[in-house]
Amino acid sequence: MPPSVSASWSFTEDDFAAITKALDRFLSDCNARCALLVDRTGQLVATVGERPSFDPTAFATLTAADFSANDQLAKLIGENDFNSLFHQGEKESMYLADISRRVILVVLFDNRTTLGLVRLKLRHTVGELSQLFDNVFTRSAQAAGAPNVLAGADDEIDKLFQ
Amino acid sequence: MSMINYASREINCKIVYYGPGLGGKTTNLEHVYGQVEPDTRGKLISLATETERTLFFDFLPVDLGTIRGFKTRFHLYTVPGQVYYNASRKLILKGVDGIVFVGDSQLERMEANQEAMQNLYDNMAEYGYDLTSMPFVIQYNKRDLPNASPIRDLQAALNPGWEVTNPSRMRVMPDVAHPGERLVEQLDSGEWIERAPYIEAVAVNGDGVFDTLKVVSKLVLKTLA
Repeated sequence: MPPSVSASWSFTEDDFAAITKALDRFLSDCNARCALLVDRTGQLVATVGERPSFDPTAFATLTAADFSANDQLAKLIGENDFNSLFHQGEKESMYLADISRRVILVVLFDNRTTLGLVRLKLRHTVGELSQLFDNVFTRSAQAAGAPNVLAGADDEIDKLFQ
Repeated sequence: MSMINYASREINCKIVYYGPGLGGKTTNLEHVYGQVEPDTRGKLISLATETERTLFFDFLPVDLGTIRGFKTRFHLYTVPGQVYYNASRKLILKGVDGIVFVGDSQLERMEANQEAMQNLYDNMAEYGYDLTSMPFVIQYNKRDLPNASPIRDLQAALNPGWEVTNPSRMRVMPDVAHPGERLVEQLDSGEWIERAPYIEAVAVNGDGVFDTLKVVSKLVLKTLA
């Protein structure tokens, strides 16, 4: 099936609980403020930790764009990709890491912790999340022939746009 | 690529407005932003140059309602119209669920329209996406201008139809929005062709903007039904 036709991916409440658990542990281990998971198309998957004071949807979109632009920069200098990015601010900083080439993990932290500690603790979490998302995407691909989430909802869709 | 979140009961889809520079892509998003209730839309993000030309993209998330208990959330993007920014244009197409091509009706922009359409096909093909098998609509903008080309000419240049190869689609499909016209039909040569639905618009006044959004988002949701 070409990727453009009804290609979609989904995750369940159990996946969500596993993601949250892994990220909660990571945040408490490294004392970072908040972690966001964003898919490569710019959609927000999850937010864990302190509730961000900014618009998380806009943030997710810009994160994906940032990562995509940097991927292209990597190619220009002969690298396949940059699997992590670091943006340093005066008080707040962010660290972005690739998960299975499908999702981006963004960690926001301030001077209560250090880049070294975040990076160290992240290694294990990235491994854990990669495995989790590999399963999610394999499952979504296998379900490609199964009925769609809105199967039989044609009338409802028509009504929505009347 | 739509994302279905069963935890928050949301369906997220991505729609990209594509087309030549100064054709009205950003204007479409600005109109939507201005007209929908603030609680059903997010921030309008514009990564533009100092002269308000789109540098990377514009972005607007809107909620279009609930189906089967799932909130349908559409992320609307525009691409930079200027050819110079092709690298960023291409990035925005990643994971797209539906495309709106915003054409500029002015006679002297015909070549720019055709160039942008070819560029769209090329960039989609590089991702392995087939534009002819996904939600795709064409908006002919600036219909109010005196130098606007007739729709017939625009259709011939930008939407002549692609060959239908799937036998199940080889049946006449009328274009409900334009009486007497057809989206799928058989030519005298025996060949079946399909065209993208089109909408006439004056985006600066808002004419046709919501019609366009409705047509494309409905097509996107139907791919999930």
